[in-house]
Amino acid sequence: MHPFRFERVGSLSDIALIESAGARREPPTRAGAQFIAGGTNLVDYMKLDVARPDTVIDLNSLDDSALRRINIQDTGIRLGALVRMSEVEDHNLIRQRYPVIAESLGLTATRQIRNMATLAGNLLQRTRCEYFRETSWGCNKREPGSGCAAIGGVDRQHAILGTSQKCIATYPGDFAQALVALDAMVEIEGKNGLRKIPVVELHQLPGDTPHIDTSLQPADVITAITVPAGPWAERSHFVKVRDRTSYAFALASAAVALELDGEKVRDVRIAIGGVATVPWRARLAEDTLRGQALDEQSAELAAEAAFSDAHPGRHNAFKLDLGKATIVQALMETKAMQV
Amino acid sequence: MPETPLRSRTEIALHVNGQIRRLSIDPRTTLLDALRDHLGLTGAKKGCDHGQCGACTLMVDGRRILSCLTLGVLVDGASIVTIEGLSSRDGGLHPVQQAFIDCDAFQCGYCTPGQILSAIACIQEGHAGSDAAIREYMSGNLCRCAAYPNIVAAVRSARDRSEGDHAPISV
Repeated sequence: MHPFRFERVGSLSDIALIESAGARREPPTRAGAQFIAGGTNLVDYMKLDVARPDTVIDLNSLDDSALRRINIQDTGIRLGALVRMSEVEDHNLIRQRYPVIAESLGLTATRQIRNMATLAGNLLQRTRCEYFRETSWGCNKREPGSGCAAIGGVDRQHAILGTSQKCIATYPGDFAQALVALDAMVEIEGKNGLRKIPVVELHQLPGDTPHIDTSLQPADVITAITVPAGPWAERSHFVKVRDRTSYAFALASAAVALELDGEKVRDVRIAIGGVATVPWRARLAEDTLRGQALDEQSAELAAEAAFSDAHPGRHNAFKLDLGKATIVQALMETKAMQV
Repeated sequence: MPETPLRSRTEIALHVNGQIRRLSIDPRTTLLDALRDHLGLTGAKKGCDHGQCGACTLMVDGRRILSCLTLGVLVDGASIVTIEGLSSRDGGLHPVQQAFIDCDAFQCGYCTPGQILSAIACIQEGHAGSDAAIREYMSGNLCRCAAYPNIVAAVRSARDRSEGDHAPISV
């Protein structure tokens, strides 16, 4: 592991101070200073030499208790950035009122990892692309301009939506899809104060700059995630399909939130994972369902629409059928929920 | 803020199995390496060293975590329980250790310290209610000897015994 300075910070203004010394607009994996919270992603990538920070800044020492709090109100929920994944997974009110959130977290990694990993850190988890993880391969995400060994390579795990000529790496998480489906926002403390953006605008399509994963700027820190209440939140559900029953990244996943009027769909939100380069809101699929009766047939049409713009590679065309079946299953199971 | 030189050492204090241990470590040192290489506590095992196998599972401040992905500097001041801290002063085994022996829940034993810490947490958390729940909540602990059916049986047996005796499982 590359040697680094370890710094603890007590307040967000300290971070600005530390960052202003070496803040540069460069790929996060090569940035001189990296924040650490749970460490489950960063420490792994530091051991693999994918991340080589000179300075590691510990966010766990921040003294703001709101960062560690779960706040539930009738209008929505506010989740502090340093809340651990397992705390939300176990939270009874969230399980009742926002089941898709608790389910997405419960299906992620293992209990040990969920006890360590923070909510904001999980959102920012970097891809598991094998070519990104192994530094001897060309990877435009890790080393801009070095090519993409995944394109034309072993691409079974890779994305079929949102890909570019430069990168086909999959966004690996689950929680972000639940948040994107529910129109959640992130609060970000940056050099110019506090701002809020939709979670769906946090991650960036690879395009020509796959090394820039998110819209975060140097010295930005996510402080909270907010999720609005809505008549769809209680009837919401997460389906994750993996190579094994537990402890694996998604080959395909679907987060669904549904507001029904009898058999008819008044409102529906669908976000999918395991198949796309970013947490993917399937708006085309949603549009086919609004005002329609929800049954296997309409669910299949919606799933078809979700993948209308897909670009499979050599070994991942199976994700077309798997992804569609995952959406159909999620829709039908969500419809069948007793709320 | 004053610059800290690279390759500096950081002072930390850990409460390990009830004892305060002070260490001066390179910040790259994981909790697992701090315990094994600096404190001679080799019960926690290094399997994959990447958070994929669970052999290094420990309790930190009452929660099970992976010590291979935990930098020692991040747990300064924390209370840590390792497999060495489970047996009672008179050498009696912890009920979950005994259940693993009774159910023949291991072969080579390399994953066993992690399995036992994870099993204690699984029961404490209330996630051992069914065999399916035990399998799911123990999925972070791989056993390459594939003693899985007996591990599930051991967790179930320790759970039942603690409920029968009204003696909650703890570390």
